[in-house]
Amino acid sequence: MKIVLAGQPNCGKSTLYNSIAGYKAITSNFPGTTVKFTETRTHILGYTCNCIDLPGTYSLTAGDAAELEARRYLLSGEVDVIINVVDASLLCRSLELTLQLLELEVPMVLCLNMMDEAQRKGVQIDIQKLSNLLGIPAIPTIATTGKGLKELFVEVLKVYEEKRKGKTLKFSKDIEAIIDQFTSQLKSEWLIEEKVTFRFLAIKLLENDQFFINEIKQSGDHLSQAKLFQERLEQIHGVPSDEVISSERHALAMKLFEQVSTVIHPPKKDIRIAIDHWVMHKFFGYLILAAIFYGFFNFIFGIGGYIEEPLMELFNQWIGGLEEVFGKGSLALFLSKGVLQGIAGGIAIVLPYLVPFLIGLSILEDIGYLPRVAFLMDVFMHRIGLHGKSIIPLILGYGCSVPAVMATRILEFPQHRFIVSILTTMIPCAARITIIFALVAFFISPNAALAVFALNILVVAVSGKILSTFYPEASNLGLILEIPAYQFPVLRNTLKKSWYRIREFIVIAWPILIAGSALLALMEYGGVEKYIDWFISPLTHLLGLPVSVGTTLIFGLLRKELSMIMLTQALGTTQVLTVMTKTQIMVFTIFVTFYIPCLATIAALWREIGKKGALLAILFTLSVAIILALFTHIFLGIIL
Amino acid sequence: MRKLVKGNMTTTLDQLYESKRAKVIDVQGGQGIRQRLGQMGIHPGDTITILRYGALRGPILIELHGSQVALGRGIASRIIVEEVE
Repeated sequence: MKIVLAGQPNCGKSTLYNSIAGYKAITSNFPGTTVKFTETRTHILGYTCNCIDLPGTYSLTAGDAAELEARRYLLSGEVDVIINVVDASLLCRSLELTLQLLELEVPMVLCLNMMDEAQRKGVQIDIQKLSNLLGIPAIPTIATTGKGLKELFVEVLKVYEEKRKGKTLKFSKDIEAIIDQFTSQLKSEWLIEEKVTFRFLAIKLLENDQFFINEIKQSGDHLSQAKLFQERLEQIHGVPSDEVISSERHALAMKLFEQVSTVIHPPKKDIRIAIDHWVMHKFFGYLILAAIFYGFFNFIFGIGGYIEEPLMELFNQWIGGLEEVFGKGSLALFLSKGVLQGIAGGIAIVLPYLVPFLIGLSILEDIGYLPRVAFLMDVFMHRIGLHGKSIIPLILGYGCSVPAVMATRILEFPQHRFIVSILTTMIPCAARITIIFALVAFFISPNAALAVFALNILVVAVSGKILSTFYPEASNLGLILEIPAYQFPVLRNTLKKSWYRIREFIVIAWPILIAGSALLALMEYGGVEKYIDWFISPLTHLLGLPVSVGTTLIFGLLRKELSMIMLTQALGTTQVLTVMTKTQIMVFTIFVTFYIPCLATIAALWREIGKKGALLAILFTLSVAIILALFTHIFLGIIL
Repeated sequence: MRKLVKGNMTTTLDQLYESKRAKVIDVQGGQGIRQRLGQMGIHPGDTITILRYGALRGPILIELHGSQVALGRGIASRIIVEEVE
């Protein structure tokens, strides 16, 4: 049995999914957190079912890449039951998608999520009446607390067993007449691959849906027929046919909403409106934005530095003690030192910064601050040829470049996706932030680290400007972004999400770190490392870095953290200042921050923007890194 | 000269003041823009409240059907509205 969760963005599909599947899908409070579908196998009351979490889609008319993905799945004809998740506090708008889903004529259950939010708004919904009008069960839920989910799945099984489909609500008479005529003409032969009903196809063609229009293009007869019916609709209503249908659906949804809901009291005076007055203020909004990110920075550095120092000392003692145990120059010494340094790197250098960073980011996401940043930054993003929504992938880039590159699917235009994908790889991800903190902030000063971040933002902006000149304005269509209400982050979900991301480091990255560190130690023992260093020496010479860091740059391509861990391994000490000058630390950090994205990111780029795009990203970031590092080397050489 | 007949003045969404309410009369533009706005629940006949303007000709924040949507000025200038009291 295949169950899909479908609904408009930010209605809680992924939260619901996680309560079925355990934490497997990232949830946040901004539209478009899920950009590709995730599937899990689970058992519900004796049934084995595959449950699929689809990206949010405002309608079945395809918009951005994430919506296309959802639509493709829904039209595949392989779905047994649709759970239509709606944000009950936005019922009127949500019902438009519900009506379209009903047109698919697949067994369906309506999940009225966020009932608590609807109550706060003073909206009371007659659930029984809504269920009767639509012909499908309607279940109230609060996914964040798990309320109502059991009842939901009982109904899901019921409609599955009964193969119960909902009612398709009828449009006005004249429109229905045209749909009927068109449907009966279509019935003569089947033209498309999708397993949808004739009525659905007829409506989509009347709506001038580009996807289906293209599908029937081979058959000129049908295309001209479709055009004919479109024209007839236009003649009657005096507006384009797509507008006729969407207005009809809108009117139906409004009517339904009025029939089933009553405003029992005006919305309680909402403190969130007062908060937004300041947070989105023309002037104070930017101050708050700066303060939040400055505070965030200090929070991470404060916690990270506090933990890093004593841990490093402890590990240094142990590493020093190894020589006595294994004897100088022995293979065992090299190997055990390599392994221990890998472990130390994870515990003492990466985790102290990664954990507070990821928890902080999760909180910002769950509260719903990111769309506000998009609102504030829209005007600046326009200066570099993008618009405000692009800031969301960029902020996610501070976590990890891979999901950030994937998040570009929320952007409407391929040109924007292309530019933002490349830009996100230049944003320091958590691994590189660790490097900036552990090297620059720790050995030089916190302000120097801030300067690195500031320089980074400047460079990203300039790069955006450069890249967008290659792509003339994609469209003069600007920002259209839903700004969701603030949500109080549910601690359990925030922690689960952070753990989900931290686990990725512990399970995948850390073992590679330890193995890499051991490998480097072996290479050092065997003298291979020298050849690699020699090979990269033109670059290290150019930038005035110690030749021995050459190998670490190669390791950094696997995982960015490796550059850092390997650095201490390659230099043979964690007391970096004894072997590198402050200028060298700065040059190294800047180079590592910008140069070639890690392998996983390259793979993500390849998927999202193609081979050429990935190649361009590599070349572009490498040249930027070399230029900036060289500039830093020369500049600091003069002033210090 | 502006006609001073109440409820009969049409203008574009970006021309209104903060906290004014307006009824959508028409959306000027092709199928693409109509669809994107329609998805957000913005159709002719709907009533919109203008919540705030972004700095430096930044986006406009509006409210309708209980949800808040940020619209760039370019788009807002294509939405023909009629101010309502």
